[in-house]
Amino acid sequence: MNIVAPVKREMHVVHSRGDKVFRGIVTAGALTSLIILGLIGSFLFARGAQVFSQYGLKFITGTNWSSSLDEGIASEFGMGPMLVGTIIVSTIALLFAVPMSIAGALYIEFYAAGRVRRILSGLLDLAAAIPSLIFGLWGIQVFTNFGQNWAEFLATRLGWFPLFNTISDNYGRSPFVAGCVLASMVVPITTSVAREVYSRTPRELIDTCYALGGSKWGAIKTVVLPFGKSGVVGGAMLGLGRALGETVAVYLVLNLNFRYTFRILESEGGNVASLIATRFGESTSEELTALVAAGFVLFLLTLSVNMVASTIVTRTTRK
Amino acid sequence: MSDVTIPQPTRPWQRKRSEVARSGASLALVGLLSFGIVLFTGFAGVDGWAVCIMLLFIAALIYRGRKLSKKERGNATVQLVITAAAVLAFAPWLSILGSVLYKGVVGLRLNFITSDMRTTVPDDDLSMGGALHAVLGSLLMVSIATVITLPLGILSGVYLTEIKGRFTFLVRFVVQSMSGVPSIVAGLFIFTTYNSLTNGPSAFGGALALGILMLPTVARTSEEVLKLVPDDLRSASLALGARQWRTTLMVVLPTVRSGLITAGILGVARVIGETAPLLLTAGSNSAFWFNPAKGPIASLPIYVFGMLQIGTEYAVNRAWTGALVLMLAVFALFFTARKLGGKDKR
Repeated sequence: MNIVAPVKREMHVVHSRGDKVFRGIVTAGALTSLIILGLIGSFLFARGAQVFSQYGLKFITGTNWSSSLDEGIASEFGMGPMLVGTIIVSTIALLFAVPMSIAGALYIEFYAAGRVRRILSGLLDLAAAIPSLIFGLWGIQVFTNFGQNWAEFLATRLGWFPLFNTISDNYGRSPFVAGCVLASMVVPITTSVAREVYSRTPRELIDTCYALGGSKWGAIKTVVLPFGKSGVVGGAMLGLGRALGETVAVYLVLNLNFRYTFRILESEGGNVASLIATRFGESTSEELTALVAAGFVLFLLTLSVNMVASTIVTRTTRK
Repeated sequence: MSDVTIPQPTRPWQRKRSEVARSGASLALVGLLSFGIVLFTGFAGVDGWAVCIMLLFIAALIYRGRKLSKKERGNATVQLVITAAAVLAFAPWLSILGSVLYKGVVGLRLNFITSDMRTTVPDDDLSMGGALHAVLGSLLMVSIATVITLPLGILSGVYLTEIKGRFTFLVRFVVQSMSGVPSIVAGLFIFTTYNSLTNGPSAFGGALALGILMLPTVARTSEEVLKLVPDDLRSASLALGARQWRTTLMVVLPTVRSGLITAGILGVARVIGETAPLLLTAGSNSAFWFNPAKGPIASLPIYVFGMLQIGTEYAVNRAWTGALVLMLAVFALFFTARKLGGKDKR
């Protein structure tokens, strides 16, 4: 007797006319997000193109942003200090936020007991829903008083460290304070991603660790942290994306100034999004073009950070 | 028969009196020491105290654990450090909730939601003027945004779970990346397109900008919710001879109705506090503006923002009250979404 292995049949689906229409509509609807994203990019680029062609790379590296109403004096637009300022503030935010998020996620996932855990995870979700405006309001009205003291403390005790160097004694509205406020905005995002990743650690691995005589910290160090590493990186980058593009919170807290500054404790700094919000109202059409171009740079920056981040996060949290 | 001594039950888990005394003493020591530190160093204020007490407390606990084995000691130390860092991570949110409540209640009177700023200047007494116009403006813009965005978001969700066509990966990727578009960029985009066509700020412009920010949330939540529909339902419907469109419209979508409403609510909660895009596209106003197609319109976030910019005492009070109303709205939306979201899973 001959046994013939079954051969995979070719499946051919023919959709009815109704289904074709339905699928067409749904596909079109789903592709609107792609179209919108494309439109945002292309329109901002088209409106800002003039600035890019006029200034070239100088638009990114230039240090002077002056709009003149006078025909005789040329305006000049370079967003260098703002771009560097954005990166400084976001870096400060992440330096604070990432360790705290890891600790927060580990605490909720492994240390907190029943009720505390439920309350904290509820609080975490709520914190992610607080609008950035309220963070800004809290930042300038409440937190600045504390942050100012911390900055003064750092400046007077650790002033020898180049970054903590100051030449004036005005510590409010500094990149440091803005970074702290941003950190408290980033923590909910990063924590919930980290928590999600940590909760996917295979239970058997942790139990194996205990069975071998490991302590809780031993299990976390050898199993949970390595397992969640890439997820935490992704979460941190999602947070970075938010920090880079944040407008109102930074606008309210930071004192914008057009100069390269690396003295983070002092009351001046730069931020692209805040620049747009500040200059927008009273801008000439020439400056507006420059602002749109700056917006395009910001868009590219956050989009690329976010794309990398979401790729990492999807890859690590996929079931 | 000899006397039998009945063993008294011991309670090893109960703390001995000496232990209680010792922890009391160490607490007192921590208090005294931190008082000393606050006196003689730069630490000051509530935060200085908190840090001192926390550090000393950790030190005291580590000292008390000196007799433990090396492994146990490491474990306990890490637990302390993680707990302390977690407290630090959660502290700002508690501070935010507390200060918004505490400072917002001052100006929370009936007139805050029944009158507008038409005849009131920000410096007037808090018993005059309010944010009615701002609340209405926010409601109007968010409703328009929802009407536009909800269908699109649900379509994306349906595409990702029901059709699974060629663009599945692309759509998912774009939706993910779109959630990272900075709000000011969305505002700038609408400003350079819609607003420059229609000459100036309007409710429609604001709503479109909000819609861009809302779409990813709605799409992603819809997808998550639609994933929960068991495949059996789809198969059963198809086996009964229904076409895919009938299956989707009459079986799949009704099954997760409350979940889809949740998606909409979460989208609203995401954008109701957005300030930057409205700054560019909707402008501000001291009374409600009835024409959504043209003319600046007030909104709650812009109201708060504007009052804060004015910066006088009463204006700042108004800003805090606006923030309180905004936060209550966000939380109410959030809890409704949770309640509804829990319904589908049952």
